[in-house]
Amino acid sequence: MLQEIVISGFGGQGVLSMGKILAYSGIMENKEVSWFPAYGPEQRGGTANVTVIISDRPISSPVVNRFDIAIVLNKPSLDKFENRVKPGGVLIYDGYAIDRKVQRKDIDVYRINAMDESMKMDNAKVFNMIILGGLLRISPMVELENVMKGLKESLPERHHKLLPMNEQAILRGMEIVEREQQAEVPEGITH
Amino acid sequence: MSEEISLMKGNEAIAHAAIRFGVDGYFGYPITPQSEVIETLMEEAPWKTTGMVVLQAESELAAINMVYGGAACGKYVMTSSSSPGVSLKQEGISYMAGAELPGLIVNVQRGGPGLGTIQPSQADYFQTVKGGGHGDYRLITLAPASVQEMADFVALGFELSFKYRNPAMILSDGVIGQMMEKVRLPEHRRRRTDAEIREQCPWATLGKTPDRKPNIITSLELDSEVMEKNNERFQAKYRLIEANEVRYEEVQCDDADYLLVAFGSAARICMKTIELARAEGIRVGLLRPITLWPFPTKALAARAGKVKAMLTVELNAGQMVEDVRLAVNGAVPVQHYGRMGGIIPTPEGVLEALKEKVVR
Repeated sequence: MLQEIVISGFGGQGVLSMGKILAYSGIMENKEVSWFPAYGPEQRGGTANVTVIISDRPISSPVVNRFDIAIVLNKPSLDKFENRVKPGGVLIYDGYAIDRKVQRKDIDVYRINAMDESMKMDNAKVFNMIILGGLLRISPMVELENVMKGLKESLPERHHKLLPMNEQAILRGMEIVEREQQAEVPEGITH
Repeated sequence: MSEEISLMKGNEAIAHAAIRFGVDGYFGYPITPQSEVIETLMEEAPWKTTGMVVLQAESELAAINMVYGGAACGKYVMTSSSSPGVSLKQEGISYMAGAELPGLIVNVQRGGPGLGTIQPSQADYFQTVKGGGHGDYRLITLAPASVQEMADFVALGFELSFKYRNPAMILSDGVIGQMMEKVRLPEHRRRRTDAEIREQCPWATLGKTPDRKPNIITSLELDSEVMEKNNERFQAKYRLIEANEVRYEEVQCDDADYLLVAFGSAARICMKTIELARAEGIRVGLLRPITLWPFPTKALAARAGKVKAMLTVELNAGQMVEDVRLAVNGAVPVQHYGRMGGIIPTPEGVLEALKEKVVR
């Protein structure tokens, strides 16, 4: 198993921390993981992305150019990463921030209205957990139980009271993610 | 090694490893992309547990001179910074080399020249291994390629530095400093007692001792005859380090027709390129220098007879390539591929360069 994932959005959307939770979850399953962030000087408002790799074998490069899964949370991220999804790979986007159609026909496309949902839940902070839920529904690379353990590891103890709310958001994300397009993959191509 | 596995950034690993190694003092000044070193030390507050001093100095110059002072007393002292900050430390490093003081300097490189960018780079290779400060000195240079090596090289850096009474540098970059990976931190060691330091560092300035002449730590010597003798002593020490302390890793070299040569983050990228190239039937291996000085000259010369060509991959305009060419001395063509200014090469980009510049 090797999953090369990019998560990309605005700074402050929880892109880096979502990647961190995913990496921690991988460790809980004794997998190899790497987490490599790319962002500008600003913490909020600028674009940020993180590459997370989860693998059964030692990871060669933490920096990759082509991804099994791209999670894009704003339009600049879609523009940047659409063409870097491997054929037959997965693109997940948040419907709130992206108004254009995905051009690629050879990838699976999923839409998750996480922003709308987090507003309904009256808690913008669980936005990234809803997305994470969507990802885990599509590609159950780690068990939910281990995600919760990973979340516990990555959150300072003073925030542990927020764990049930985060779990609820993950479960909600699993429910609301929708497939928009199934990849048209030519015979013989695997990734 | 402890059994416990953590997930942390390379910069954080340096800080934890320093506390666990029993470092006596850290003196630094924040700069991206290495600020997590001092941030983690401040969070961990080791002055409450091991007694380690952690101090944010008023500048990089102050920090390196505090390292000089601590080292003169035989203490395990270190500093860290990123490229522009390390430029400021060069005078102090030269003085440490001249006064034969051990100490550890960490450079988490970013794009230059000048203030440059905050993104990763390896453009300080020349500065580090050719002498960024003045005078005929050498800096023991370790190039970590993983978060684990960030942790491990703290101990290794101090051991080599004290063994030879010479400053050592961990030459890292923004990729290795900022990325998170699994790491097994070293076991806690207690800090050395004053008596142990006195015994291990008979040269240190530890106050008056009636039964010996005073120890003097200085790089100044006004008599040229004596200064030349000092230099000869330094050079003899450098030859000894070159003979004994070369470290490198070879990956899939046995059947390789082509050899990639890369250190630090570039070596990790090359490891992915090897997977891609071998899937296409191109037999390529990697030689990764772990010590950049002393440089694995002999290992490269030995490989030169077995491959058709070499490609160095660096996050710079072509610096280590000069040392690789010197090592192989014309036996095989040596090309360079690099990205600059904070741009990170991709594994596919390296493969393309390999096909374009090297594979015949």
